Amino acid sequence: MKKFFIEGCILINEKILDDVYYMLLQAPEIADHAEPGQFVHVKKNNSINFLRRPLGIAEVDKKKGTISLIYRIIGRGTAEYAAMTVGEQLSIVGPIGNGFMIKEGRPLIVGGGMGMAPLVFLAERLQEKKPLVLVGGKNEQEVFWPKYMEKYADKIYVTTDDGSLGFKGFTVQFLPKILEDNAVDDIYTCGPDIMMHSVAKIAKKYGKSCQVSMEKRMACGIGVCLGCTFTDKITGKRRKVCVDGPVFPAEEVFDYE
Amino acid sequence: MNEISLTVDIGRLHLKKPVMGASGTFGFGREYEDFLAVHEIGAIVTKGLTPLPREGNPGVRIAETPAGMLNSIGLENPGVDAFIRDILPKIKKYHVPIIVNISAGTVEDYGEMAQKLDIVGVDALEVNISCPNVKEGGIVFGTDPRSAAAVTSSVKKHTGKTVIVKLSPNVTDISCMARAVEAAGADAVSLINTITGMVIDINKRKPLLGNVTGGLSGPAVKPVALHLVWQTAQSVKIPIIGMGGIMNGEDAVEFLLAGASAVAVGAGNFANPRAVKDVTDGIEKYMRKNNIHNLDEIIGKLEV
Ligand SMILES: Cc1cc2nc3c(=O)[nH]c(=O)nc-3n(C[C@H](O)[C@H](O)[C@H](O)COP(=O)(O)OP(=O)(O)OC[C@H]3O[C@@H](n4cnc5c(N)ncnc54)[C@H](O)[C@@H]3O)c2cc1C
Ligand SMILES: Cc1cc2nc3c(=O)[nH]c(=O)nc-3n(C[C@H](O)[C@H](O)[C@H](O)COP(=O)(O)O)c2cc1C
Repeated sequence: MKKFFIEGCILINEKILDDVYYMLLQAPEIADHAEPGQFVHVKKNNSINFLRRPLGIAEVDKKKGTISLIYRIIGRGTAEYAAMTVGEQLSIVGPIGNGFMIKEGRPLIVGGGMGMAPLVFLAERLQEKKPLVLVGGKNEQEVFWPKYMEKYADKIYVTTDDGSLGFKGFTVQFLPKILEDNAVDDIYTCGPDIMMHSVAKIAKKYGKSCQVSMEKRMACGIGVCLGCTFTDKITGKRRKVCVDGPVFPAEEVFDYE
Repeated sequence: MNEISLTVDIGRLHLKKPVMGASGTFGFGREYEDFLAVHEIGAIVTKGLTPLPREGNPGVRIAETPAGMLNSIGLENPGVDAFIRDILPKIKKYHVPIIVNISAGTVEDYGEMAQKLDIVGVDALEVNISCPNVKEGGIVFGTDPRSAAAVTSSVKKHTGKTVIVKLSPNVTDISCMARAVEAAGADAVSLINTITGMVIDINKRKPLLGNVTGGLSGPAVKPVALHLVWQTAQSVKIPIIGMGGIMNGEDAVEFLLAGASAVAVGAGNFANPRAVKDVTDGIEKYMRKNNIHNLDEIIGKLEV
């Protein structure tokens, strides 16, 4: 998989929630080669921040040569991107990593928090398989994802911690019911570690395949610094989140005790 | 006559370009194929190898800092045997000098690794006695001149390759370390390795890095590295490979003027994966602009 090192012109950079932004970039090389689950490693030119930041590829339009990123302001890097304006260039390395393996069966996409971003692109890729989507968040405002997903999903289930929208509770509390009510074969998930771990356990109990997208601190994003490695639970081999992942079969990442 | 030559010799190692990818930041070279012509760079310095495979340190291993970063990888590597068997055959094809970086827990193990690597395809050894992230070996040898000399002689005894000893900045007097390894037969020294540092998560009241401390690199260390290179250049006759925060050609020229014969780019590769090429082009541009034809006209030519 070839990686490109390019300047992407910012076409849109708009606030979609207090601290969440949507950025559309002109990046034809990346749009041409990106697969769902892959990410880009970005940097503002001449930034005082030394390292690049990994962000999932949320949407791709090959015809227009654009990609979009949906990101939350966490610290000094993402805050800096949020302050950039249309017409500025963002330095991009990508597309990076191994994305989701597209399986044959009926898909269920489970996302939590900003983990939903790469799952939008995945939903598009899976649309002919009529994917089900389960998305959770703190409250109604946080669960803005259906507007990006509804064109691709067969059905979207929403959970909120405070019950302001959909089912009150966590995604993983609602997951068994979905699996009981629907014919689902393959689960694709991205979100907080604890959520993915629970999803993986439930998937195993119901005999469904499960792929998870990992998040770890990385410096290089190209497999040389070894900041993001872990031991594969199946083979015992060392794996790099950046280039061997970020998506892995759940069994390689989690214990099932 | 405006031919510019960028060649330089480090011991018996002939470099076509004076810029290499630094150990631990350049993988085994092939990871950079998408970004630059690997066969055109000065040299590949491999990730630090140890006698046996290592998984490295637990927990968070990377932290961004002002103008740089800390790492506490802890020498994760596949081990010297796997390198020789699986990796070396694949990277020979670049026809670029391969400098193998080695670390071990005992003087004897350093010697044994040197012997194993005394093979076709390996062009030089960089003897790491300066890794701040491992307890055994590493920096223990790098802070005591007698131990450093013992490691150097052991390696020299077991190899015909050019031996470069990588020095630590975490010492009171680097000249003393440099002189000790020169006397023990080192063909060159490289410096600096990372400077020990830490970052604290004030909300958790805990160190951010799993290993508590890490090694600082990037532009933040450049002035320190330059000073140490300059100091070392006053103390030894063997060539110096300078590194520490190099991001562009100007940075590299500073190191050359301070007395380095060649330079390496480390953390800079993470910010700019084309950095090794950009630094090389930058040196050439400086030479063209100043009507310099040969690196000898720059190396150690600092006027104080
Ligand atoms: C493969 C991958 C895909 C991601 N996709 C998205 C996405 O689509 N949308 C989104 O909002 N966020 C995403 N993240 C998380 C995002 O990378 C972090 O929120 C971001 O790096 C924070 O940077 P900062 O400078 O704002 O925060 P700071 O806390 O100031 O960052 C300091 C350092 O820590 C690193 N860091 C901090 N948090 C994380 C984290 N959660 N994961 C990895 N490194 C971190 C930063 O990269 C930086 O090096 C993704 C992470 C990974 C690994
Ligand atoms: C992530 C990382 C891993 C490193 N691993 C090694 C190593 O295995 N062996 C070694 O001798 N130096 C290692 N170094 C040190 C670099 O080779 C270099 O000496 C140091 O980073 C200073 O240069 P820089 O400021 O250009 O990064 C590592 C540095 C970094 C950032």
